[in-house]
Amino acid sequence: MFYPLAGKLVPWFAVSSAILFAVGMYLGFVVAPTDATQGEFYRIIYIHVPASILSMFLYLVMAGYAALGLVFNTRLSSMMASAMAPTGALFAFIALWTGALWGKPMWGTWWVWDARLTSELILLFLYLGFISLHASIDDPRRADRASALLAIVGSVNVPIIYFSVKWWNTLHQGSTIKFTGTSMQITMQHAMFTMLAACWLYAVAVVLSRVRSIILERERHTKWVAELPEVAL
Amino acid sequence: MNKILLLLFVVVRRDLVLAMRRRADVLTTLIFFVMVVSLFPLGVGPESDMLRKMAPGVLWVSALLASMLSLGRLFSADHLDGTLEQMLLAPQPLSVLVLGKMVAHWMVSGLPLVLMTPVLGLQFDMPLEAVGVLMLSLLLGTPVLSMIGAIGAALTLGLRGGGVLLSLLVLPLCIPVLIFGTGAVGAATSGMSYSSHLSLLGALLVLAVAFTPWVTAQALRISME
Repeated sequence: MFYPLAGKLVPWFAVSSAILFAVGMYLGFVVAPTDATQGEFYRIIYIHVPASILSMFLYLVMAGYAALGLVFNTRLSSMMASAMAPTGALFAFIALWTGALWGKPMWGTWWVWDARLTSELILLFLYLGFISLHASIDDPRRADRASALLAIVGSVNVPIIYFSVKWWNTLHQGSTIKFTGTSMQITMQHAMFTMLAACWLYAVAVVLSRVRSIILERERHTKWVAELPEVAL
Repeated sequence: MNKILLLLFVVVRRDLVLAMRRRADVLTTLIFFVMVVSLFPLGVGPESDMLRKMAPGVLWVSALLASMLSLGRLFSADHLDGTLEQMLLAPQPLSVLVLGKMVAHWMVSGLPLVLMTPVLGLQFDMPLEAVGVLMLSLLLGTPVLSMIGAIGAALTLGLRGGGVLLSLLVLPLCIPVLIFGTGAVGAATSGMSYSSHLSLLGALLVLAVAFTPWVTAQALRISME
């Protein structure tokens, strides 16, 4: 059964994520040198970049799980999908927030209608739509299937939205701000990858523990849940 | 093939007849559109330079909101009186029935907006050519709005607070249509070629016609089981 396995895995992922967070933070904020053009402000990318990568990737994984649940009617996949949505939305929000904090000293403004920012914002909207559709349907099976369909439609739409926003922006004005990480220093890279791994592990830990609660909630009438040591108390 | 076309025609005619029996509903959408558009000059001031620049965006966003407004009615009446269940049980393909309902919905709530556009465009002092492009872009774009919206309407069928939820789900998906629609007018006013925007809108329309009826049919089955 998945439930006890997930229960065993959660602490491992959580602890390793915490360790990597500490290492990544240390590398990023203490060891890594100050950027020549951006000064100390650039250090926010150690949170910003992993968060935005994860927010996008989690949406695809979520849509994949949702599709599995819809096609093969496996309940666990749908539960995984609904467990991922809040984490994905959180990462999208963090990416936007840190992006704004970074944009203020760099570009002199909290927000520009840049293609990436706009599509990240739309991604957040898609997450919120998924969550609120799931929340407003009482019957869990219908909720799973309806929001799965929405997630699939959304993931088909994501490339269209991305390109339309990109063209929209470039048609109005040439993209003046480009962020290319080609000339990144080695320590910066290390810090970045450590933070990315830490965020990954965090996401896995949180999703697993959330899916455990969802399982308990949905299966509360079954015998095996009643016999669990933590429930039987 | 002929049978399917006939079926489509029958469904469209049925929905149009139903809509004509309740003309007030149709008019509310149109009046809402006109009102929202007229509120913008009051909100931002009457300088005609600025209004001319804003016009395509204002008209498009208002059309988007107006089409959201009427989406809730797309399936709800049929759902309440049981017609929808009969449609699901019918031997004819559900996606064709759904496509018929989408077409009828567009003719009732999208087409009037397109026809109203020139008057509102003149209110905003738009050049004549731009008004023409705006009408074309709305003509291509509003059916897509109805079709994407139908997916949301099917998913939120019979839910509490379905109306607000519906806009929450559908609006992000409509962004590409909005971008290309206003982009065409923007290109026309600045003297550039607008055919690429219209082609992209046409491509979106073709994609929508091909896929949304099927997706909506699936969504209806999920909601009705």
